[in-house]
This record gives sequence, C-alpha cells and structure tokens, in this order.
Amino acid sequence: MRLINRHPDRSGRLLLILLPFALLLFVYFSASTSRLAENPNDKLLPSASQMVDAIDRLAFTEDKRSGQYLFWQDTASSLQRLGIGLGIAALLGLVLGIAAGSVPLFGAPLSPLLTVLSMIPPLAILPILFIVFGLGELSKVMLIVIGITPCIARDIEQRAREIPGELLIKAQTLGANSWTLILRLVLPQLMPRLLISLRLMLGSAWLFLIAAEAIASTDGLGYRIFLVRRYMAMDVILPYVVWITLLAWLMDLGLRQVLRLCFPWHEGGKA
Amino acid sequence: MTLYSQHIVPLSEPVMHDSSTPPASTGKPAFIEARNLWQEYGDLVVLERLNIKVNEGEFCTLVGASGCGKSTFLRMLLGQERPSRGELLLGGQALPNEPDPSRGVVFQRYSVFPHLSVLDNVALGLELPKSKLLGRLFGAAKREARERAAEILTKVGLGHALNKYPSALSGGMQQRLAIAQALVMQPRMLLLDEPFGALDPGIRKDMHALLLELWQETRLTVFMVTHDLSEGFSLGTRLLVFDKVRHDPQAPNAYGARITYDIPLNETRRAQVQLPSELAERIATR
Repeated sequence: MRLINRHPDRSGRLLLILLPFALLLFVYFSASTSRLAENPNDKLLPSASQMVDAIDRLAFTEDKRSGQYLFWQDTASSLQRLGIGLGIAALLGLVLGIAAGSVPLFGAPLSPLLTVLSMIPPLAILPILFIVFGLGELSKVMLIVIGITPCIARDIEQRAREIPGELLIKAQTLGANSWTLILRLVLPQLMPRLLISLRLMLGSAWLFLIAAEAIASTDGLGYRIFLVRRYMAMDVILPYVVWITLLAWLMDLGLRQVLRLCFPWHEGGKA
Repeated sequence: MTLYSQHIVPLSEPVMHDSSTPPASTGKPAFIEARNLWQEYGDLVVLERLNIKVNEGEFCTLVGASGCGKSTFLRMLLGQERPSRGELLLGGQALPNEPDPSRGVVFQRYSVFPHLSVLDNVALGLELPKSKLLGRLFGAAKREARERAAEILTKVGLGHALNKYPSALSGGMQQRLAIAQALVMQPRMLLLDEPFGALDPGIRKDMHALLLELWQETRLTVFMVTHDLSEGFSLGTRLLVFDKVRHDPQAPNAYGARITYDIPLNETRRAQVQLPSELAERIATR
C-alpha cells in the first residue's frame, strides 16, 4: 500500500502524537543527567527536581521583597496585556477589514494603506512607542495592537471579498440596506474567520509581548525570563517557556472550541 | 473593415419577433419593456438592439447558446448591470439600477445564507425591510415573521427542515429554500438564473411542478434563464431565444445577440398556440 494511503488507527494515532514529545523529554533528561553527573553545579541543563524547586520558590512561596507570588503575578500581568492587545486588535481588524472589503469607497483608500502598514516591522517602531506612550502598560499593549491589527484586517478584508456576490445581491432583494447587509450577512459570516485569524496571530502576539516586556517592564513572563538570564537560571527559564507554550496552546484550543460551539454552520462546508 | 467580412446571416423566418410591430397595445405601458437595448463591455458587444415587451404575469423562459447574453439580460432586469444604451422600463419607468425587494432572484448556486437556519433564511426577508437599524426583529414581531416564514417553507416542502442549516440540505432543497426566500418578499417579478441547472433530472421534475404551482398561485412575472430547451418549452408561456443575427468571422465580438425567436407557449394557458407536432409530442410525454 502506498504511504499516502496508510492511516494510523485510534491507539496508533495517540502513540504517534506522544512519541515526539517523549523523545524530546528523553533526550533532554538523559543529557541533563550526564552533565550533572560530571558537574553537580552545572546550570545549563537543570534536572526535573531543580526545576520543581525553582517553580516552588516562585509560584508557591511569597517573595521576600514584594510579598507576592511572582509566578502568578507575572502570568496575570502578561495575560492582561495580551488579552487587551488581542481584543483591541481583533475589534480594529474586524472593523477595518469589513470596511475595506465590503464597501468599495472605503476599500479604495484603506486597502493600500493596510498593505503598507502591515509591512512595517513592529519591533522597529518599539522605541517610538516607548517615547510616545511611555514605559507603562500602554506601550506594550500598543505594540501587540500595531503588530497584528494590519494582518487581521487584511485577512478579514480578503475574506469579505470572497463572499459570493450572489449572496450580496440576494440580501439586497430581501430589502437590506448597506448597514443591515453588513450587520446581518457580512459580519456573522466573517466572525468565524476572525477567530481563525486570531488563532494564527497568537504566536506573533506572544512574540511582541515578550519583546516589550524584555525591554521595559517590572513584571511579566517575558520580563522574568530576561531578568534571570543574568544568573543563567535555566531552572526558571525552562519552566517559564513551557508555561508560556501551555498558555498559548490553551488559548488556541479555547478559540477553536468557541468556533465549534458558536458557529456550527462553519465546519459543515458551505453550500 | 472590408465588405466581405461583414457577412450577414439572413434572419430566420418563422415567428420572428419584430420590434416594428409590437404586440397589440392596450394604451397603458407594458409591464416590462426594453427599447433598443445594448450591452457592451469594452469591445465585446453582448446584446444589441434588443426590443421586447412583456406583460404582467407572463412566464418567460430565456434560452440560447452560452455567452449569448441571456444571463446579461437577466442581470439588467435585476438591476445588477446598467444597459450601455437604450432603455429598460418597468411600467413605463426606468428600472431602479440596483437590486431591490420588488425583484426576487434565485441563482444556480449561492442563493441561501449559510450562517442562518432554514427558517431564519426566509424570516430574514421579513426582518430586513422593517428594521432599518438592526436588521432584526424582536419579541412578537419576530415570532410573527417566523410563523410566516414557516408557512411558506411548508408550502415549498421544507416544513420538516426548519431548524437545519443550508449545508445540511440537498441541492434541490436549497433551491426550494431560495425560492421560498424570494417569494416571501412578494416581489413583482421573479428572476431565475439556471435555478435547476445543477440538479438531478428527477429532482428537477419535482422543482418544475413546484415552480408552476407557485406561479399559478401568485401570477408573478417570471424570467427564467435555462440551458435545458425542453425545460424552456414546458415551463414558460413565452420562449425567448437569444442569438446573434450578424456574425463577423474576423471579429467574433463585434456583434451582439438579440431575441431571434419569441414563441408563445403552453397549450393550457395559451390555448390558441399552434406548436409544431414534434414539439407538442415532446411536451406531452414529459
């Protein structure tokens, strides 16, 4: 049988899913064990117990200086920035995208502008954001917003153009005006696409968040990683990276569930 | 252009529609009238010198080869396209040049909204004209709209599928839904662009019966583009054949089509019409 026609069965699939992760863990811990056997003070590849100790120190012990649980404090700050940034970007992207994609008179000036704006490397204007918005929360949120809004808007614009013209005509014969046509036809058809777009942009959003936190912040997951780098504290950095990955994956999963539950018509394929 | 290239095909003779002798005038303007209608896209002439009058309540089927402009004519009736030259009149007035609720339409595909249930697809047409700001009704008004929608849906045979999404319906069911959607608006005319082109022959026959029944009940003016000649003959009260009367082999786009045959049809509704025996047989056997 050809390779492309062979499908894993249920249990086989589970095994194949876990296999690469198990391999990665095995390679890491065997390397870590051998390094620590040579030099118990080695910091590069900490053992599981060292990482558990570090997490216990950060997550379940009060910080002596601030009296806070740093791990959760970092998580809350980062998630807040990310949430606000993603929310604003989604809303802006949706509005701009629909305006550019559904109303030709708005699309004419907006579409080229969005294309150009999306080409600006957001990290290159991070200094400008710090100068304009200060070093507080606003500049970090703005980096996320500026970084992903043009991409979301362009995606939504494209999808808005892909709505069959027949449907737009039909809606007009049903008595829609421009506004209600967008409200009842274009918007609901693009909401699932917005969720998909957000899922795809999650990685970029995290990137901008970590970058902003690394440069100017007093808390946050990115801040902590870059802070402890000075002490080469891999036992903190590695769990933080795993935690960030887990959070990102959970957000992705959440968005996928929302898509499935709120837009049951979307997956069945269109007429 | 040299003279020999202007090869003009002689007009075919039988029941030729002639614009200079319009059908018996009753004084008031015809329901739909096209006067010297042209449609050109750049160099491409699609329709030229098209003249026709259609009375209210007629069922016109539009047939012709691909690219002969029958769908273009339908789009002009719909208001989706504006004629390059000439006039298209509705009751003596120029047709509004954007789609509106007075003209219902069913396309071959993409006629129904995938994100709304069957019931809401139809109720939408009752909600949109009443609510200019939100496009939706609430409370008793919404219930009433849904009840009316359910009534029409039952009539077209979709009473059992009110809460399904269109993607769960077969092609024939989707077209039934699209027809219900158009009818709930009580339009003055119904425009059908190859509505049954993608359906199985058996389903198509059911759809023909449904369409005729609805037409007889509502007495709508119907324009239906079809590729299926027998469909055109059996459904309509009037068959309009679109074809090019002039042809330039060097420049195939130089001349447009017009209506070359205008055949009154259907023995029960137009008893006096004499159909060629072969044709009558074909219809009788359906």
